[in-house]
Amino acid sequence: MAKQNDIKYLSTARVDNRPKKYCRFKKLGIKYIDYKDAEFLKKFLNDQGKMLPRRLSGNSLKYQRKVATAIKKARQMALLPYVTDLMK
Amino acid sequence: MATETTETKLQSYELMVIFTPVLAEDEYKAAQQKFTDLITGNGGSVVHSDAMGLRSLAYPIAKKTTGLYWLIEYQAPSDVNGKLEIQMGRDESIMRQMITRLDKYAMEFNERRRKGIKLVHTPKNAVEEVETDHEA
Repeated sequence: MAKQNDIKYLSTARVDNRPKKYCRFKKLGIKYIDYKDAEFLKKFLNDQGKMLPRRLSGNSLKYQRKVATAIKKARQMALLPYVTDLMK
Repeated sequence: MATETTETKLQSYELMVIFTPVLAEDEYKAAQQKFTDLITGNGGSVVHSDAMGLRSLAYPIAKKTTGLYWLIEYQAPSDVNGKLEIQMGRDESIMRQMITRLDKYAMEFNERRRKGIKLVHTPKNAVEEVETDHEA
């Protein structure tokens, strides 16, 4: 009896089966990320204007880097804010 | 110098400038012409020039909340950029500028963007629509 209960706690069944994240640039074959397109880049920012981590965006390392440079360029050219509140 | 045969030596660049919004329309045009001449006068060629006009800034620059944007795509020998930057730094009507080097994908992208095509080739050579909403 007790043994069976222990086993239940050792391996908890994952209830929520989320769809697997993917890199949208790899999937859609986007090779260049434009810094001028602020609306598109906003998908990779949170409400405060901070960049989302790869953990959340699902980007591959290669494209996360490109997104990061594009966002930084957009910020320099005042297309995106450095800091803000309630951006979306 | 700036012919198609020397294309290998020329590099593609994109220059984005924010002029101060107090500029009059003809001054804005004259400033664009000045830097276009500087590029073409040094062996470069202009691919595309886009006066984006008055836009609001995401944050104030030099106590201004708006700026006159100008975007130019050009091909030029690499020494042009240094000269450009010196001239732009001396120009008091410029609040900010940035030169970006374009790779072949960037040039393709800009070409498509100008034509207003929102299509992208997937690795399997199929064509899919992408949710990029560019302004024309």
